[in-house]
Amino acid sequence: MEAAKKQEALYEEKAAGSIGSAPAEAGRQGEIVIAGLGKVYASKKNRFEALAGIDLTIGANEFVTIVGPSGCGKSTLLRIVAGLDDLTEGSVRLDGDEVVGPGAERGMVFQGYTLFPWLTVRENIEYGPKLKGVSTLERRAISSHFLKVIRLEQFANAYPKQLSGGMKQRVAIARALANRPKVLLMDEPFGALDAQTKLEMQEMLLEVWEKEKTTVLFITHDIEEAIFLSRRVVVMGANPGRILKAFDVKLPAQRTQEVRELPAFLSLKRELGALLKH
Amino acid sequence: MNATKRRKPHTFQIFKDIGGRPFAFTAGFSFLLLLIVWSVLSYAKAVNPVFLPTPDKVLTEMIKLLGTGEYWHHIGISVFRVSAGFILACIVGIPLGIFAGTFKYGEAFVEPPMEFIRYMPAVAFIPLIMVWAGIGEWAKILLIFLGCFFQLVLMVADNTRRVSADLLQASFTLGAGRWKAIETVLIPAIQPQLMNTLRLILGWAWTYLVVAELVAVNSGLGYAIMKAQRFLNTDQIFVGIIVIGLLGLISDRIFAFLNRRLFPWA
Repeated sequence: MEAAKKQEALYEEKAAGSIGSAPAEAGRQGEIVIAGLGKVYASKKNRFEALAGIDLTIGANEFVTIVGPSGCGKSTLLRIVAGLDDLTEGSVRLDGDEVVGPGAERGMVFQGYTLFPWLTVRENIEYGPKLKGVSTLERRAISSHFLKVIRLEQFANAYPKQLSGGMKQRVAIARALANRPKVLLMDEPFGALDAQTKLEMQEMLLEVWEKEKTTVLFITHDIEEAIFLSRRVVVMGANPGRILKAFDVKLPAQRTQEVRELPAFLSLKRELGALLKH
Repeated sequence: MNATKRRKPHTFQIFKDIGGRPFAFTAGFSFLLLLIVWSVLSYAKAVNPVFLPTPDKVLTEMIKLLGTGEYWHHIGISVFRVSAGFILACIVGIPLGIFAGTFKYGEAFVEPPMEFIRYMPAVAFIPLIMVWAGIGEWAKILLIFLGCFFQLVLMVADNTRRVSADLLQASFTLGAGRWKAIETVLIPAIQPQLMNTLRLILGWAWTYLVVAELVAVNSGLGYAIMKAQRFLNTDQIFVGIIVIGLLGLISDRIFAFLNRRLFPWA
């Protein structure tokens, strides 16, 4: 009992020391350069152009959202960046290296719940570090840190089925970040949550982003969510999926719910809404 | 007549849970009904007692038989044959099923021949098995193995294919390669379903046991039943059938228990 307590204290100490707030890891950048990207689904009879001529650069530690109507290929674009889908034209580069296939440096949070149901919350968070061969002690420190960040310490040993939808997505974010990825890709992660939970999740995500400093590419069809979260909103259109326009979000860096009532927020919302109408 | 009249809920509601007590009660009642029908038919002599012995006669016979070492030897050897055939089928079948479920090449290589063979009745292989394996223990184990194996492979492959692709993709974005994804996602994910599959297959193993023990044996529960038939001893046939049923039930319950204990997350 005593020994276990001591061990726990050691973990906590380690958690506080080794990964406090935003350690500037050597060489950790995360600049995505998408150039001339196209995706064509071709069969003998049909040829469907899902994405065409996509050029987009996302700077290191930038938070960019992509909005667009359903069917505009925004999820496909994200999956291509993740390496889960293949492109048919152009290229995606991360810090100069061409993306081929999925990898740990590009973490992803999916719309559906993808926590491993047979692992506890803590084990889910430790999944990536464990694959990398991080020692038990260090893994424990990492998971303790992120459990604190997502405020689910008391659920460390719970299984995913015991969590609410919002909690599951918090753990999914923690699991992706525990791997210390250069880029965090998010595919409508809050799409299935109720309005109130969604707002809480958005605030928490920004908090985490400021703390952990990583590039975020966030897909959504919710205009307000896009403006609230990001520094830049990219609007996509359909047939073929392409970028219509990009907007810099000129709002205070510190985002609180009051931001939603600022004239700049409302006018951007109107502008985006008009653009998405056709 | 001023109170609002609330509609009484139906007893039979689609998919609606009824709770543990009513469930156990209904299940008990079902068994009781079976016993009542049996009793009425046999005590009223509606059926010739040679064909249908009375419950008390069967019970006395059962107590008598279970008091002999010989009958326990029959039970022991039958349990051994079922276990050996079943475990052998698992050792070969589970990895093959996972292989077929994981890779499309695996599916193409394994499944079409299996689909073909599985429609061949295992019983029809008996003469062939006797040529191959003689009439010793291996012949019985082989028959049970054949009866279980092909179904098992196809069902395990199906279990594997049902694993959510999202979970696999999540593991890829967390740095897992193909083999790590199989080890850390596919195999843990299929386990609860796999246990259910094994439970079903074990039921079939018992069925094939009786078939295996119909031919050229001098031990086992199937043999005991056949011997009783030769002397028109229906009491003993009933005892044999009931004992096999009980053994099957026990093994089934063990699997159900293990499933709850091993996979609390499911």
